Amino acid sequence: MSNALLSARGLVLRFGRIAALDGVDLDIWPGEVVAIVGESGSGKTTLLRALSGLVRPEAGSVTYAGQDVLAMGEAARRDLMRREWGFVHQNPRDGLRMGVSAGGNIGERLMAVGARHYGNIRAEATAWLQRVEIDPDRLDALPRTFSGGMQQRLQIARTLVTRPRLVFMDEPTGGLDVSVQARLLDLIRALVAELGLAVLIVTHDIAAARLLAHRIVVMRHGRVVEEGLTDRVLDDPQHPYTQLLVASVLAA
Amino acid sequence: MTRDPGYNFAYLDESTKRMIRRAILKGVAIPGHQVPFGAREMPLPYGWGTGGIQVTAAVIGPADVLKVIDQGADDTTNAVSIRAFFRRVAGVATTERTAEATVIQTRHRIPERALTENQILVYQVPMPEPLFRLEARIAETKRMHALADYGLMHVKLYEDIARHGHIATSYNYPVMVNGRYLMSPSPIPAFDNPKMDRMPALQLFGAGREKRIYAVPPYTSVRSLDFEDHPFRPIRAPHACTLCGARDSYLDEVLTDDRGGRIFVCSDTDHCAERQASREAAE
Repeated sequence: MSNALLSARGLVLRFGRIAALDGVDLDIWPGEVVAIVGESGSGKTTLLRALSGLVRPEAGSVTYAGQDVLAMGEAARRDLMRREWGFVHQNPRDGLRMGVSAGGNIGERLMAVGARHYGNIRAEATAWLQRVEIDPDRLDALPRTFSGGMQQRLQIARTLVTRPRLVFMDEPTGGLDVSVQARLLDLIRALVAELGLAVLIVTHDIAAARLLAHRIVVMRHGRVVEEGLTDRVLDDPQHPYTQLLVASVLAA
Repeated sequence: MTRDPGYNFAYLDESTKRMIRRAILKGVAIPGHQVPFGAREMPLPYGWGTGGIQVTAAVIGPADVLKVIDQGADDTTNAVSIRAFFRRVAGVATTERTAEATVIQTRHRIPERALTENQILVYQVPMPEPLFRLEARIAETKRMHALADYGLMHVKLYEDIARHGHIATSYNYPVMVNGRYLMSPSPIPAFDNPKMDRMPALQLFGAGREKRIYAVPPYTSVRSLDFEDHPFRPIRAPHACTLCGARDSYLDEVLTDDRGGRIFVCSDTDHCAERQASREAAE
């Protein structure tokens, strides 16, 4: 257990009387994709925010590669966020700078970690546009001229450009239509395999979880009710809530 | 010169001057860091140099000689009024000669003549926050300064090159002070930026509306941000001054008639007059 990339123990966070996190334990190993599923309000997004240091839990610990994330100063945490971690927001508007060109958006993280050669930054940004299947001619276009799916792919390029080890994704396919979702999931799966990323993905889409994740964590009322390998959890759900969740997926 | 006895020396009361001096000392101790101060209501409108005039009032003594320039010129309204103001409330001697001044208050220029250790340069600053157009939340910009998180400023320069093929920022060009703080040099032309680097004179910056003071102590490194393959270039109009023939000074373009006639003249009027006088003396 000691070589987990990120591990959380006993996370507790309450919003008034509602327990958003009620004693959550979680481990992520390098190169592993873990999906957190559950209904709205089950604490999925709060868990993601607590693990990535965006909110501070009332109790519990989060350890990343041997460092105590909650005890870390803000400077160290931001540095971690720039170099080792990435965060893909549900709404690309939260993760992109809408007034800055696609190239500038991708280059921001490179420049934040010290890249100071315009030509190299631009070449890297072009390469990443190609990787996320956006026409490199759009390098100097503003993200607001992009479609929703392109914006989300641009956000992924911007996050992965510094080759993080761990990426948090908060419903990356939410708000996109089905065919665009499928293409995006395909892309994420390819990039994750290629770069050997560890990914913690929050989703309420069971199909997306089955496609991407190695492991599934089912949350309800701020607790982890079931956890296991994706196929095991989805094909042989043990907890009544998981059974309900799996049974409610619409078959096409 | 006798001062108006109806005012305390240099207009501000003594405790206000002490408050401003404390902010200045803190600014000098942390080069480039913006120190908040309780800016007072001054008898001139915001945007006319309320910050600079308060800093000047706090550092000036009866033996000082004051020079005030506005866009390099000694004879513009703002410069004339502020000189008259300090003659009246402080009774100090004023001058238009850069070499004779001990305190120089400036709006948007650094004099062409190299300044010395015996001089203080006071800048009037409209917007002290260099990240202002990039990040709207002041709380966030403060955090970025605290953590030296300045990637965003380079994003702006990147966008400039992507759009215009070169860094199109020709004034208010952002600088790194002492390798730590990102600083707005006030809207001086980028041409003047290299003069700030390791300048022997003390440089003080006052922003009245924004209530901030910052400073660059003598001989401190001030580096203009750039890219390795797009280095910083000070820009000047490629002409010679029509009046003095200078090819190395910053020029203003002046329209002379309604038929498109124009001349280029030095923006630093004292520098230009000095060169013209020495040329006449030589003839």
